[in-house]
Amino acid sequence: MKSWDGFKKGKWNEQVDVRDFIQLNYTPFEDDEGFLEKETDKTKTLWDKAEKMINEEILTGNIKIDTDRFSGIDKYEAGYLDKENELIVGFQTDEPLKRIVNPYGGYRMVQNSLNAYGEKMDKTQEKYFNDFRKTHNQGVFDSYTKEMRIARTAGLLTGLPDAYGRGRIIGDYRRISLYGLDFLKNEKIKDYENIKGNSSEDIIRLREEVSEQIRSLEMIGNMANSYGIDISMPAKDAKEAVQYLYFGYLAAIKENNGAAMSLGRNTTFLDIYIQRDLENKIIDEKFAQELIDQFVIKLRMARHLRTPDYNELFAGDPNWITESIGGMGEDGRTLVTKTAFRFLHTLKTLSPAPEPNMTVLWSENLPEGFKKYCSKLSIQTGSIQYENDDLMRPVYGDDYAIACCVSAMKVGKEMQFFGARANLSKALLYAINGGIDEIKKDKDGSLLKVIDGIKPIDDEILDYEKVLKNYDKVVAKLSNLYVSTMNTIHYMHDKYAYERGLMALHDTDVHRYMAFGIAGLSIVADSLSAIKYAKVKPIRDKNKIAIDFEIEGCFPKFGNDDDRVDDIAKDVVEKFIKELKKTPTYRDSEHTLSVLTITSNVVYGKKTGSTPDGRKKGESFAPGANPMHGRDENGALASLNSVAKLPYKDCCQDGISNTFSITPSTLGNNEEERINNLVGIMDGYFDSGAFHLNVNVLNRELLIDAMENPQKYPTLTIRVSGYAVHFNRLTKEQQLEVINRTFHKRV
Amino acid sequence: MEGRLHSIETMGLLDGPGIRTVFFLQGCPLRCAYCHNPDSQSMFSKTRITPEEIVNIAKRYKSYYKRTGGGVTFSGGEPLMQGEFLLETIKKLKEAGINTAIDTSGYGDVRYYKEILQNVDIVLLDIKHFDNKGYKRVTGKSMGGFYEFLSYIEDFHGILWLRHVMVPSITDNKESIKNLFDNVKHIVEKIDRFEILPYHKMGLEKYENLNIEYTLKGIPEMDIEKAKEFQGILDKMVEKEKENVHKKRKII
Repeated sequence: MKSWDGFKKGKWNEQVDVRDFIQLNYTPFEDDEGFLEKETDKTKTLWDKAEKMINEEILTGNIKIDTDRFSGIDKYEAGYLDKENELIVGFQTDEPLKRIVNPYGGYRMVQNSLNAYGEKMDKTQEKYFNDFRKTHNQGVFDSYTKEMRIARTAGLLTGLPDAYGRGRIIGDYRRISLYGLDFLKNEKIKDYENIKGNSSEDIIRLREEVSEQIRSLEMIGNMANSYGIDISMPAKDAKEAVQYLYFGYLAAIKENNGAAMSLGRNTTFLDIYIQRDLENKIIDEKFAQELIDQFVIKLRMARHLRTPDYNELFAGDPNWITESIGGMGEDGRTLVTKTAFRFLHTLKTLSPAPEPNMTVLWSENLPEGFKKYCSKLSIQTGSIQYENDDLMRPVYGDDYAIACCVSAMKVGKEMQFFGARANLSKALLYAINGGIDEIKKDKDGSLLKVIDGIKPIDDEILDYEKVLKNYDKVVAKLSNLYVSTMNTIHYMHDKYAYERGLMALHDTDVHRYMAFGIAGLSIVADSLSAIKYAKVKPIRDKNKIAIDFEIEGCFPKFGNDDDRVDDIAKDVVEKFIKELKKTPTYRDSEHTLSVLTITSNVVYGKKTGSTPDGRKKGESFAPGANPMHGRDENGALASLNSVAKLPYKDCCQDGISNTFSITPSTLGNNEEERINNLVGIMDGYFDSGAFHLNVNVLNRELLIDAMENPQKYPTLTIRVSGYAVHFNRLTKEQQLEVINRTFHKRV
Repeated sequence: MEGRLHSIETMGLLDGPGIRTVFFLQGCPLRCAYCHNPDSQSMFSKTRITPEEIVNIAKRYKSYYKRTGGGVTFSGGEPLMQGEFLLETIKKLKEAGINTAIDTSGYGDVRYYKEILQNVDIVLLDIKHFDNKGYKRVTGKSMGGFYEFLSYIEDFHGILWLRHVMVPSITDNKESIKNLFDNVKHIVEKIDRFEILPYHKMGLEKYENLNIEYTLKGIPEMDIEKAKEFQGILDKMVEKEKENVHKKRKII
């Protein structure tokens, strides 16, 4: 077969095995960025047009919505931006930036979104959909218990994917390029025939799902055909490889509107095709860059219809089109290729931008040239995040990718049930207040009991052992409730909004994770530390609810590399995952845990009363696993070391997010020094067993200026928690929160 | 043994080579007009630290030192003021395989200079001014102490970085550069770097908080580009003198 000419043969020829193909055929690249080419005129023309549209959308706040039909892989006619200059084609709808209406997650969300933009759905479509179709959201609320509803209303469990797509599933889009749809379909048909055994509920569901997957592969083919491209057979060259892969992703975002719709780990794979074409002199470096640039332009134009509330939670309309770049192979060769550089280089050939969410898999053994290039781009663009490959490789092998911000999974072999997060700061307040919410009242104005069977603590000065004992009780009950809630959500999501197109690009026998999360870790740690090492006196209202706390004396704070409190934080996460594991999960998925808040740390803060660490009611939490602002007094590395102590493997194995801001002049006296120092910081940090780092190199003054004069900084990109965002797209509140974060600087 | 500690900065990137953990020791005999740590001048401090504690803290950052050639820097305050403690700590760090630096103006307990300089890897030495009158104006002290420390440097075999904070209207001219250099010309072969640090006002709010009068109020920050020019001139002087010495030696 011509498509596979020149490739080394192996297992991958007989069965779907992209990793095997990569390992046998890729060319590691150990040099620096010297080979890179600038953008072509074609790219420039195309990007100018695209950027204009993107900026207009941000500026006017007006969006286009296709209200004639509901979502689906092959429901929309072909759309173009500039046919002549488009090397890679395909939009979600028939026009760039026109958004899809996806009702399967929940209709109320759709209605709210449409209302917010003054749009109306086609009457007939709307009527019949609601007459004949039940949604995921309806299913969930038909099955929620009273306790689940209350936990949700009080903000103990937040950001639950019960009203929209769950996301966090990465299709192995590379499979389409390597095999073509026909091969994949045949494999799935074989899988179907091999599902043997009694027709239990599990077996019946699986059969139905595989049938849906096969159907979706046909739809992906139809969609490609609408662009005049046949993807039934394998890609023959680099351009086709990129195009087919993109069609796979496009199908995913036509059918699904999950919060995080990530891309996977594609640069090493695509490099094999580019390298073959370069060697055969079919293309040159300019074209190779053009191909990647144009692919990235398409990714930057992916959109989903969201409500304004949603944007308050996740600022800046993010899609988490996360691409995992670099890392090392299990055999010791680096997985960095020239295309890793090309992909990162789009931050220069195009402008810096938050999407795709560039995620570098850092290893001590990465080639020096690559480390320095990443560091340089971080300093210049603030658009890259780093995750510890040396920590993940032993768990996931060398063909995993990151979904969303920090969630690792083997591409095409594993998926996760996204579980949002539990507000542990609130759990701690419940331990003191006998399970009663400190802010939210019941509909009739009476106290709202969220967790049953907790005896309130009425001591004048809080006693550590007593509080801890109560906290453990709350966590045990909360954990059971949390798992049960997630089970309900994902049962219904599978039933009413199954991601057939995404799952068609997974092995049929897929491993599932259920990814739970924590918000407010540093507050819990500091609060417990305050209770233990200082004197904390609750101020109670007439209902005996502690609404504030007086603290007398000093106490160790998370973020100073002080084991006394860092061990408390460690204990909090270890206890939580242990409790979660006690309740069985839907589809026997594996319990995992993340410490990640995205930008929702602002909203969680709003919903949480004053805490014993001195944080006042309504004040923002620190993002992810970050220490609270201004409490890390011994400089950045002490702060990083505290976070690095949180255990990853078998505990916070769904990721630990840490965002780090440093001023340029603190990082070094000149660019070369800054680049080397940043590489040194990351090598040291990850060597200490840390998991993730968002890097911002900028001055607070710059952000203040950008807040006041947004037009001066159209492309200012900053890393928040697990993703990047155009600073201008944050709400004023979020901007202030970012500005108030600790900036590591020296005077 | 205990030392008086002002604070710790775990990510020092401007305090010697590589990533360094900086221990700011409390207390300084000088009162430099532009001091950006005025809160570290007083000899009193509630915070104490032992050499062992410093070693234990430093060990936590070994992975950061490893690739960047970093280590521990003692700054201040004036670290030499706590000579006995400093010496003991440097020795302990050395035993633990950790690189050490002192960031000093050269004023301290003379009894320990010799041994400190035998053990420390890097000296970052500030030259506040080129003559006694100016020195007094900037620091409140005469220049004798500096010269005394400088005489000990002649037997130092580690890395030496000299630094000078350039303040507009005080030393921002060619003549001053030459005069500064003349002070250290005789040890030119020992100089690895001679840096001009442009004066900035970022520590100003500390003065307000401490209620200390800031005497340089009317003076603007040093222009960074201009400082770079002077740096160029100084670099050439150092280079030329090194060549001269080299030539002379050949002739001999």
